[in-house]
Amino acid sequence: MAILKFENVSKVYDNTTKALNDISFSLEEGEFVSIIGPSGAGKSTILRCCNRLIDITEGKIWFDGKDVTAMNKKELRAVRTKTGMIFQHYNLVERLSVMENVLHGKLGQKSTLAGMAGIYSEEEKLEAFNILRGLDLADQTYKRCDELSGGQKQRVGIARAIMQQPKLILCDEPIASLDPKSSKVIMDHLSNINKRDNITCLVNLHQVDVAMKYSKRIIGVTGGRIVFDGPPEKLDIKTVHKIYQSNDSDLITDVKVGA
Amino acid sequence: MKKKENILAVRKVTYAVVAAVIALIYFGAAYITEFKMSEGIAAFPGAFLWIAENLMPDEQAISRIPKILSKLLETTLLSVAVTVFAAVCAFLFSLLGTRTTKINPIIGKAVRIVAAFFRNVPDVVWAMLLMFSFGQNILTGFLALFFTTFGLLTRAFIETIDEVSSSCVEALNATGANFIQCVFQGIIPSSLTGIVSWVLYMIETNIRSSTLIGMLTATGIGYLFDMYYKMLQFPSAGLIVLFMVILVIVIEGISNKIRRVIM
Repeated sequence: MAILKFENVSKVYDNTTKALNDISFSLEEGEFVSIIGPSGAGKSTILRCCNRLIDITEGKIWFDGKDVTAMNKKELRAVRTKTGMIFQHYNLVERLSVMENVLHGKLGQKSTLAGMAGIYSEEEKLEAFNILRGLDLADQTYKRCDELSGGQKQRVGIARAIMQQPKLILCDEPIASLDPKSSKVIMDHLSNINKRDNITCLVNLHQVDVAMKYSKRIIGVTGGRIVFDGPPEKLDIKTVHKIYQSNDSDLITDVKVGA
Repeated sequence: MKKKENILAVRKVTYAVVAAVIALIYFGAAYITEFKMSEGIAAFPGAFLWIAENLMPDEQAISRIPKILSKLLETTLLSVAVTVFAAVCAFLFSLLGTRTTKINPIIGKAVRIVAAFFRNVPDVVWAMLLMFSFGQNILTGFLALFFTTFGLLTRAFIETIDEVSSSCVEALNATGANFIQCVFQGIIPSSLTGIVSWVLYMIETNIRSSTLIGMLTATGIGYLFDMYYKMLQFPSAGLIVLFMVILVIVIEGISNKIRRVIM
């Protein structure tokens, strides 16, 4: 069954700018899908529509068989608890400890009062610690997040998402601010979560080569439209140029795409 | 290349024009108001001489130290109380005005306008207006300071929250956290240092302002200063000024220390 389904989704900003134009696709459970496309093509908008951080203008979005677009606040929060999100700039509460940030993944499942006061059970703390250990962050557990490196911060972001025990993880350019080595660590962890826990991953990427290496399926977006949707093997150089609206030798990429 | 040179030439002309306009405004304004810089500067030595002769504390002034200190304490405590109370109200109010919490764009705009209104009426004017309703007492001074502090802090908090908390609130929203949880787990921890910094700054400012307001409302250290001044007892008035300066410096030192500790 499709875990996420977009049906003719459009998004117009300020009545004029058309960010998404008739987008339709669906994700099967356990898939690892990358979205590639130039800056401003609508990649981030697609991701933020899935859990309605942004409301769409037209169309329907289905998550786990339910219509997200028609939900009230309470139902929407229930969807969000099942959807992890990872950001380019990590979006952690920098002044709190690593542990507290990971535990934030449980906020949506807590009562207002317990969440507000930051009261967590021993099991939850143990779970958080085990997740941190799995991401090689056990030594950083009690450090404040502003003391960490970019790669470590992003792993805390991943830990927070896993803590939600999500069905779907949305990653908005998770490696765009990281060096190549940290990028590999982050992508390996994401890939690992996807395989081990069977969590569906939808990842926005700028790096075509990374998208081709890690995902079984790539969606190419340009100008708010999907122009490619298929396995990496089918992504030829002509399509890449179409996605990035570029000509030969206009791109920095070492992709070995089929001719 | 040619275009670049043009831009540089245009920039030089712009600077020259701006400088000329500033000079013109200065001389024009000085001519209209009949202000003469040279006379102003020439009056300085005389003014300092007068201060040295008349404001030096004498025996009578020294004997009034306990009274001065008790009034100074009253004014300081009032300023702290007003600022803290206004800060709590301003924080709650600013939550309605930030883009981070996305309450409602119209409410957000309304909050900003209300805050601008309270902030842009000077506290002395507030005191004069409120005196009609509340008379010359400590409540008038309290409210006058409260209104301006509330307006200024609301604006400052909105900016602080939008600057430092918007990204983590987005993430907390994405985990399914509700509004109150986002405030307590996201906004407060991330913007607390900025908020405390603003509150400390307002305490300093309010100690200075409350002196002036006290002259109008006949309360606190401002009243004492006004009374000695009008009785032509300049040494006592001078001593109050001296204590005020010391107090503000001490408060500044304390708040700098607090800022360093909480960073």
